[in-house]
Amino acid sequence: MTGTDWPLWEVFVRSRRGLSHTHAGSLHAPDARMALRNARDLYTRRSEGVSIWVVPSDAITASSPDEKDPFFEPAGDKAYRHPTFYEIPEGVRHL
Amino acid sequence: MTTTAPETVDRAALEAVFDAAVAADERIEPRDWMPDAYRTTLIRQIAQHAHSEIIGMQPEANWITRAPSLRRKAILMAKVQDEAGHGLYLYSAAETLGVGRDELLDKLHAGRQRYSSIFNYPTLTWADVGAIGWLVDGAAITNQVPLCRCSYGPYARAMIRVCKEESFHQRQGYELLLALSRGTEAQHAMAQDAVDRWWWPSLMMFGPPDGESPHSAQSMAWKIKRHSNDELRRRFVDICVPQAESLGLTLPDPDLRWNEETGHYDFGPIDWDEFNEVLRGNGPCNEQRLARRREAHEEGAWVREAAAAYAAKHAPAPGPGGGTPHPTPERGTAASGPTEHPEAMA
Amino acid sequence: MTPATTPTTRASAGPVPVPAALALGDDALVLAHRLGEWAGSAPVLEEEVALANIALDLLGQARTLLSLVGDEDELAYLREERAFRNVQLVERPNGDFAHTIARQLYFSAYQYLLYARLAEGDGPFAPLAAKAVKEVAYHLDHAEHWTLRLGDGTPESHERMRRALDALWRYTDELFRPVEGLDGVDPAALREAWTDRVGGTLRQATLELPTGPASDAWTAGGGRQGVHTEPFGRMLAEMQHLHRSHPGASW
Repeated sequence: MTGTDWPLWEVFVRSRRGLSHTHAGSLHAPDARMALRNARDLYTRRSEGVSIWVVPSDAITASSPDEKDPFFEPAGDKAYRHPTFYEIPEGVRHL
Repeated sequence: MTTTAPETVDRAALEAVFDAAVAADERIEPRDWMPDAYRTTLIRQIAQHAHSEIIGMQPEANWITRAPSLRRKAILMAKVQDEAGHGLYLYSAAETLGVGRDELLDKLHAGRQRYSSIFNYPTLTWADVGAIGWLVDGAAITNQVPLCRCSYGPYARAMIRVCKEESFHQRQGYELLLALSRGTEAQHAMAQDAVDRWWWPSLMMFGPPDGESPHSAQSMAWKIKRHSNDELRRRFVDICVPQAESLGLTLPDPDLRWNEETGHYDFGPIDWDEFNEVLRGNGPCNEQRLARRREAHEEGAWVREAAAAYAAKHAPAPGPGGGTPHPTPERGTAASGPTEHPEAMA
Repeated sequence: MTPATTPTTRASAGPVPVPAALALGDDALVLAHRLGEWAGSAPVLEEEVALANIALDLLGQARTLLSLVGDEDELAYLREERAFRNVQLVERPNGDFAHTIARQLYFSAYQYLLYARLAEGDGPFAPLAAKAVKEVAYHLDHAEHWTLRLGDGTPESHERMRRALDALWRYTDELFRPVEGLDGVDPAALREAWTDRVGGTLRQATLELPTGPASDAWTAGGGRQGVHTEPFGRMLAEMQHLHRSHPGASW
């Protein structure tokens, strides 16, 4: 950012109670309060949310793509973490 | 965001990974490696798209103060507001490619990046607001729906949001024209005149014929673009003809007729000279649109500076980078609005 | 032209007093229109969205209020200038962004405090006020945030904001004159609360409440009696022209 460019913020919106905040996009704002206001106007003007987080984009540390393998592969072979791993006889409900 | 560039990795290997992802219809995400030309093409296209949204506010904003009923006034305000919102979604998609919004706006203001030529036509009557909704937004939707599956993730996601909101735009335009068409004689004439003026420019929105479209082939290969210009244009004509009939309005093309063999409508030749002239800057409103945009930007400079100065003075301890979200509302009443603050994370 | 004066009766509340409905409805309508003039010219894209949100809220309030006492479009489009009952403050031209924010601050603070009182009562405007006060709280928050940033931003923004506050100050007295049909609201108490709220914000913004004539001496302000400022006539001419050009047409 140079001069008077406003910094970039990442916006996370909780669309309904009971769900987690999901990344909705980004926007520019001079400070956190204005970022929240702008996020409310921009990303929830059709009542898409009940709660908003804004995070300065440069405060996010991300895994880098070339780490993809070591970072995520260990989880890749743990199919037993996923419900579809288990075979359930037909007709059994509420599982 | 910060990342360590994988300097040592072989470029050919990266390219292979990229190509495989595109071929498998996977999305490319911001921090994935991508060919420079892919990045450049995307920046150009997304920026042009974003610029079109914000320049596109002008012809319709031209009628907000004159909307003939309060219902129409509310609809039009909401629509023009959406366009600002769409511009924001798209600029934010472009920014994931490493280019700042201010840089893109500077290029727009300097005339170095384009916006859709359609907005260089004037809105002369109230019916033009309807014609823009029905035809211009209709053409835009035809172009944009395939972009929801574009290979670049942030662009595709922005387009999903845009398309969802855009369908209201087209409907309000159609409904507006329908009210005019079924209204008084003068209203009907106003609607017909608007359709006569907007029909051909709308067909031009799909771009030059396939044989003459400079960037098309590569964009199709990269799955930034999914259908050719002519294909989309034909699809649009096929959709519009019966819609015009239901409206009780005619389309200004004597050659327009159903072709049993092709299963599509044939239509007359498009005046590409006009298209090229408008593209070159000689349309009725090119200068006016850009001047108004520049003026708004320049006149807003002191406001943006003030907010930045205030933020710098009142930045919380951690310092630069915009500060951290403050966990407590600044003041009583009004701050207890619809936002909730981040839960403390252990 | 006079509105259709059969006051609508609402289930849980008494008859709607026409002068009050027109006063509140016209305030909202005229300010919505003025804010709508910003479309495409806001200082930053995010602010396009914010200003339009406020305008849309106000337009919604106007439609509800006018519909209580007549046909919204007849009232908006077929009354002459002298029949409008809005305060002069809301009809003042947008000016620069500082003027728009100063106008919003003065008006939103008034509207917020007024609606909060109406919402607590059991009068005919209570249901509308209960909904609108939430919207207006947000408008006030917006105006206060910008007042802080402009007042305590750069020397230029401070000076612009100060000039705007001064220029619009003389239109604030009218906010606290009694309105027929809003008898439950004590204008003096409203003024006191308003002065506290606005004064507090201005102090925080390194600004001061203007000291020019707004209360004792003669000031501008006869909007509630249908006496408006010159720019208002031109605003209405633009707003009404198309509707009036096609008498009886539907849109």
